[in-house]
Amino acid sequence: MSQSSANLIALKTVVHREIMRILRIWTQTLIPPAITMTLYFVIFGTLIGSRIGSISGHFTYMQFIVPGLVMMAIITNSYGNITSSFFGAKFGRYVEEMLVSPMPAWVMLTGYVLGATVRGLAVGVIVLGIALFFTSLDIQHPLITAGSVVLGAVIFSLAGFINAVFAKKFDDIALVPTFILTPLTYLGGVFYSINMLGEPWRTLSKANPILYMVNAFRYGVLGISDVNVAWSFVVMIGFVVLLGGFSLWVLKRGIGLRS
Amino acid sequence: MSPVPALVVDNLRKTYEGGVEALKGVSFRVEQGDFFALLGPNGAGKSTLIGILSSLVNASGGDAHIFGVSVRKQRNAAMRLIGLVPQELNFNQFEKPFDICVNEAGFYGIPRAVAIERAEKYLATMSLSDKAHEQARRLSGGMKRRLMIARAMMNEPKLLILDEPTAGVDIEIRRSMWQFIDGINAAGTTVILTTHYLEEAEQLCRNIAIIDHGTIVENTSMRSLLAKLDIETFVLDIAAPVATLPAIDGCTLRRRDERRLEVTLPRTQNINALFAALSAHGITVISMRNKTNRLEELFVRVVEHGRDDAPRATAEAGA
Repeated sequence: MSQSSANLIALKTVVHREIMRILRIWTQTLIPPAITMTLYFVIFGTLIGSRIGSISGHFTYMQFIVPGLVMMAIITNSYGNITSSFFGAKFGRYVEEMLVSPMPAWVMLTGYVLGATVRGLAVGVIVLGIALFFTSLDIQHPLITAGSVVLGAVIFSLAGFINAVFAKKFDDIALVPTFILTPLTYLGGVFYSINMLGEPWRTLSKANPILYMVNAFRYGVLGISDVNVAWSFVVMIGFVVLLGGFSLWVLKRGIGLRS
Repeated sequence: MSPVPALVVDNLRKTYEGGVEALKGVSFRVEQGDFFALLGPNGAGKSTLIGILSSLVNASGGDAHIFGVSVRKQRNAAMRLIGLVPQELNFNQFEKPFDICVNEAGFYGIPRAVAIERAEKYLATMSLSDKAHEQARRLSGGMKRRLMIARAMMNEPKLLILDEPTAGVDIEIRRSMWQFIDGINAAGTTVILTTHYLEEAEQLCRNIAIIDHGTIVENTSMRSLLAKLDIETFVLDIAAPVATLPAIDGCTLRRRDERRLEVTLPRTQNINALFAALSAHGITVISMRNKTNRLEELFVRVVEHGRDDAPRATAEAGA
């Protein structure tokens, strides 16, 4: 059997195992984000949003926040999936099953990232489905919509992987979401347009990578964005290359995994 | 041309962060088809050595070749040749044994249809067919150990490394595991075994290396090692208590309790002479057994001898 066929089988195995894990614990992986986002839609979209009026032209506040909330669900679930799954494998030592196998590092990384991306996208579809109970959406640019959600999920899967590799205890995988991911998400234009901000906050917001993901996705769905969409894709692809390269380097060196 | 050795360990060194030197230039070789014992006290460096062979530990120096393939330079190719049964349980307790085995094969690039066939075969061999679709955490300790052996066989390795595979397993299951591993070896797989049950090593292995403090202190055939044992100690159960112990030429007799004596004698001495002498003193022996396993006695001697030498060598070097 050729090396590429063997690698493909190994990749399928890692992805299959990750998807089985997501389905096995679906009450922890798929239901909670759906409940949380429903609450956001009810409270921010319906109750408060109805008093805000239109935003960025002719969109209701509910329509404005849906892309942001879908993207928020995608990135937090992609991140959460890979950190808990990979750190769990490290903690339970069954990551060794893969480390002692002939599977190349890139196959292992791709498998975990694809698994986390699947979870992020599955949650994204669920949240979008729930959103349609509250408002109507007409996707303006399907390719940009698809590209932005996939890139957003991949970026945060890679970031979660790095977090899991360096984590030594369960607290370590909670630190980044609590102190970095959540603030950046809330300040990333999910609930507001950065054009509503004064300086220097508007300029400072542009240093937040999540702003580009949210706005690329919002452009795909609604056709509006606070930032240049082409530039958003450059930023996202840049992050994929940077985080992917670092993850691979860490994995090849065995940092945090091999003594 | 002689076949390439199953394993060549060449001047392997490992110094952990913090300066602990776990391996100080270990070298030995294991021939194809061998059943090789790697013994040593706790902390001797066995697990580090196995960790390097299975690429879980990065070596600080030296190399190891598995069937001629360098572990350090051609890791992926080398890993394809080995199967590892580690000391600690390292599978997902929430997965089912069947899935654990099939996934393991997948990591080695084995097609799913073949993986399913092998999983059924090796789980059956390990008497785990009826537990194949239960969560692994529900298995007993012995079953979990057997599951790790079944998993290690999924890629049908040329070199199987067993790191204390029978720890905590009852004697009946241990014997059935010996039979299985012996069968694997007879079918051509080279086996390296580490164990604290020296009876296990003596019974199964043909060659042996003893490691202590990161250094190989003995590396020979089991037969040659056992031949070094020049004295043996037996425990004798006697019919009635004796007031005073008789002096018997060439033997050292000690009292363990009222009805048990301990006798040490050279292996060259005729044991019939001992019984005759005891009988002449009115002592009736009901039964006898070895005080310790022969390999155990040698193991203790080799390790203790190595440790006695160590300070002397240091002192000489310092002088």
